[in-house]
Amino acid sequence: MTNLWTDIRSTDLVIVMGGNAAEAHPCGFKWVTRAKAERGAKLIVVDPRFTRTAAVADYYAPIRPGTDITFLLGLIKYCIDNNKVQWDYVKPYTNAAFVVKAGYSFKDGLFSGYDPAKRIYDRSTWDYEIGPDGYAVVDETLTSPRCVWNLLKEHVAAYTPEMVERICGTPKAKFLHVAAMVGEMSAPDKAMTSMYALGWTQHSYGAQNIRTMAMLQLVLGNIGLRGGGVNALRGHSNIQGLTDLGLMSELIPGYLGMPHDNEKDLQTYLKTRGFKPLRPDQISYWKNYPNFMVSFLKAMWGEAATKDNDYHYDWIPKLDKPMYDMMQAFELMAHGKMNGYVCQGFNPLLSGPNRAKVTTGLSKLKFLVVMDPLDTETANFWQNHGEYNNVDPAEIATEVIQLPTTCFAEDEGSLTNSGRWLQWHWAGGDPPGQAKADAWIMAQIHLRMKALYQKEGGKLPEPILNLDWQYKVPANPTPDELAREMNGKALAPVADPADPTKILVAKGKQLPSFAFLRADGSTACGCWIYSGCYTEAGNMMARRDNTNVGDANVYPKWAFSWPVNRRILYNRASCDLTGKPWDPTRKIIWWNGKLWTGYDVPDMLPTANPEKVMPFIMDAEGTARLWVRGLMVDGPFPTHYEPFEAPVVNVLAPRIRGNPASRVFADDLAEFGDAKEFPIVGTSYRLTEHFHFWTKHDRVNAMLQPEFFVEISEQLAKEKRIANGSWVRVWSRRGSIKAVACVTKRLQPFTIEGRTVHMVGIPLHWGFMGLTHKGFGPNSLTPVVGDANVETPEFKAFLLDIEPTTPPAGFHGA
Amino acid sequence: MGAARTMTVVRSSATSSANAAVSFRDEVVKLIDVSKCIGCKACQAACIEWNDTVQPIGYFTGSYQNPPDLTPHMFTLMRFNEWVNPKSGELEWLIRKDGCMHCAEPGCLAACPAPGAIVQYENGIVDFVQENCIGCGYCVKGCPFDIPRISAMPAKAYKCTLCSDRVAVGDGPACAKACPTEAIVFGTKQEMLHHAAGRLIDLKSRGFAEAGLYNPGGVKGTHVMYVLPHADQPELYSNLPANPRISPWVKIWKGAATKYASLAAMAAFIVGAVVHHVASGPNQVSDKDEEEARKLIEGRR
Repeated sequence: MTNLWTDIRSTDLVIVMGGNAAEAHPCGFKWVTRAKAERGAKLIVVDPRFTRTAAVADYYAPIRPGTDITFLLGLIKYCIDNNKVQWDYVKPYTNAAFVVKAGYSFKDGLFSGYDPAKRIYDRSTWDYEIGPDGYAVVDETLTSPRCVWNLLKEHVAAYTPEMVERICGTPKAKFLHVAAMVGEMSAPDKAMTSMYALGWTQHSYGAQNIRTMAMLQLVLGNIGLRGGGVNALRGHSNIQGLTDLGLMSELIPGYLGMPHDNEKDLQTYLKTRGFKPLRPDQISYWKNYPNFMVSFLKAMWGEAATKDNDYHYDWIPKLDKPMYDMMQAFELMAHGKMNGYVCQGFNPLLSGPNRAKVTTGLSKLKFLVVMDPLDTETANFWQNHGEYNNVDPAEIATEVIQLPTTCFAEDEGSLTNSGRWLQWHWAGGDPPGQAKADAWIMAQIHLRMKALYQKEGGKLPEPILNLDWQYKVPANPTPDELAREMNGKALAPVADPADPTKILVAKGKQLPSFAFLRADGSTACGCWIYSGCYTEAGNMMARRDNTNVGDANVYPKWAFSWPVNRRILYNRASCDLTGKPWDPTRKIIWWNGKLWTGYDVPDMLPTANPEKVMPFIMDAEGTARLWVRGLMVDGPFPTHYEPFEAPVVNVLAPRIRGNPASRVFADDLAEFGDAKEFPIVGTSYRLTEHFHFWTKHDRVNAMLQPEFFVEISEQLAKEKRIANGSWVRVWSRRGSIKAVACVTKRLQPFTIEGRTVHMVGIPLHWGFMGLTHKGFGPNSLTPVVGDANVETPEFKAFLLDIEPTTPPAGFHGA
Repeated sequence: MGAARTMTVVRSSATSSANAAVSFRDEVVKLIDVSKCIGCKACQAACIEWNDTVQPIGYFTGSYQNPPDLTPHMFTLMRFNEWVNPKSGELEWLIRKDGCMHCAEPGCLAACPAPGAIVQYENGIVDFVQENCIGCGYCVKGCPFDIPRISAMPAKAYKCTLCSDRVAVGDGPACAKACPTEAIVFGTKQEMLHHAAGRLIDLKSRGFAEAGLYNPGGVKGTHVMYVLPHADQPELYSNLPANPRISPWVKIWKGAATKYASLAAMAAFIVGAVVHHVASGPNQVSDKDEEEARKLIEGRR
């Protein structure tokens, strides 16, 4: 989230699109009901289904799965055409005026530089024109045809309300109703908040879905304001923490990049990460990258990492391809190229696309380690459960090692919520049986591996042997010790750069924030963005003072919010160029003539001149980006692509299937279905009664939603002669499942290109373990292809067919 | 029934006189704002957890409603209704948390033949006292909202207690505590009426001209009230009765001049009840139950 849960209370308009906040985030949704009840805020839901969020919305508009970019670009076009643009925000605070260099183009659905054989772009033309002064050229009059604003106008020209209806299936009148409500939010004293989740991410252009909303919010002047922002509703209670700590193959903690093969040494690695400001007076805070990276290396290898040995940058693994995501891992397994898999708090048999491929991959492993509080389907993938897991155990040689772990309530530590709050929690009980904390298990594995390397040697033992491991009890690092390590400490006295005689942090002390990190080896920090969470003042995450300072709804004394306890990112943009809040009734920070001050930690140098230093300090431009240069692999602007399995061709670029920059493995390409064979759109989602695959193990949740079902419209039911509550078979090119049908008015067919497009909704909580009845998940049907930038699988739009069937053996009705 | 020690009973089933109230306690109300309800069933989960009941794991029967109906183990239930508003042509998914309304004039209590099996506290909570319950099912017939359910073995009537045990020690009901969107709120009647008035202003501003408070006069008002966007059509909300009132038969036999007349009325009522509602299985009112009930009533009068 750019903002935070409690801030939603301050909004004027909530748009829930690409998510289902009421069902998937019911506790956080209270801030929506508060905003509605306390300040008369309105709620818009745009969703393929009439969800429980829609049930309490002021306005609902349907949309065909996978067409959100068209809808949002349509909204941007509407705002531009109807002058619903907050000009005083857009002109100085975005890159609207930046001039794009010659060579960049967009035609027939493709940007300049596309290589169809490799499915990648050469992004060298996706940049600004650089002037003789070394800075990007800007045209403040917005008259240059190559300035970002005019390129944007040209880019969105195709997305008329008629085109929105044609692609999205949203009736024009409904689209215009939404557009009118959204357009009102361009007033300086109005703010809209966007709440989204996996409904946007689980597409082959998921990151671009979110970008399009970010662009709309910039056009409306809603980023950095109370009640504004683009707000990701994160899952699993700590998914935000997972990404923050870099638990992804291409990241190291704090969103630093995992080095690639061609980045042989630290200097080469840092060379492309210099982040020189692109405009005069701008901060470009990522220029501190070396401080973060070297401090991370010091946290990894302590005294062994020195200036002379490049802080042992050589010990960091180097990527030979963009990433080793889940789909890549199962591709390797399926081809026998990955032999062991450690599965920690993850149930890929039900959450990886194309379950048949997941089963194939797991079956070819030598060993599978599962660390989980529950007895998961993945750990039992080799068991035969009739048609629910039809495998032959005799054919599977994989050794499965189950290591039972504590669940969150049996463990101490911090959870990072969607609003970036690190909230400390304490164990509420002892774990049952042999269950152990994950940190304890990881420590055992590390120490045993270290002992083996010491005894037997091996290839490159040094990173393991020298891993900094200064815990009081090496076999059991405490959450407290780990948290202090994340925060970082001074390994040598940290001096003031302006006055080297002035020592800011004494040796051995916890650092107050990442502003004190150094690239000279004098500081260690496990995760720079978390610095400040555990200082000499104590564990800031454990703070429990819920004073509503300034009635701003940001609760700055509760827990700790990264970065530097800042609650609203880009909050400098909540004020005009003179530093005056756009909405005096909703102040968050302001310029007092000398300093930035307010109820939140300013996202700005305290002394920075408001008229010179622009609000988006992380960007080299100082501004936000309506056009993102080469920062995304699939285009500087979002554009309409159909899902890889789509019921219609891409009307704007008929020759393009899916996202042209998405990675597709050959075997998976062969398993994509087409609309002739599979005319119906499938989509997947969660239900409020369950949490992923956990709560089916709990008797109360199991009772509240006991059995797998799929949802279809009354029209489709009639066409296929399916009665409510009867059994159906649903299949795609990759698999076939049985379910009970839920025939409902909440799903309606779409009219696309003059024909009826039906949809089947498939919730995801069932499997063959636990207390609920055995069932399937959508992943038995879904294709293996993901977002071009981050490889989130395309779970939200695919093709299938449906027919009535008989109940599975032993089931009710059988 | 920990509540009995700290809350004062003002009415008790099958007894002619109420205890004199020794202290006045504020009337309480649980207000359910349908317009804020997201149908998440946290109230159902909290209800099961607090009351420590075990509701068997059922099946999907074509609706999100689970279990499909109230049971002796599930005292509250989210009921779902898909309704196309003929005025707007738009779908509305009307979700209502069903459960005991804690009527000011409780039909269950009036119908109950077992002394002390149903009590009403001065704060308005109507509670079932299972030790005294004979499982006859008359409360089911007496209830204009079809709330009580009779367990199999032993046969006892169950329903929402409004968490009388929690209220007695100053807590609100478990469902209100669990409700993530503050759709369920609890407080004194005065506070809740005030809160509801504010909600109605908000709903009317959003175009719900007929928004209103459901607090039906036929049972002299209730201690569970609903804020309804379509208060002119309460039946839309999974058959919430527009004009709930206690069956005239219950009034006749409990209010009659002589025990013979009332017994006659009761007999007619039982016939109706047996045929009409408590129709099958162990919930049936047996001859023995009737005899027991008669003895109890005669003994008391």
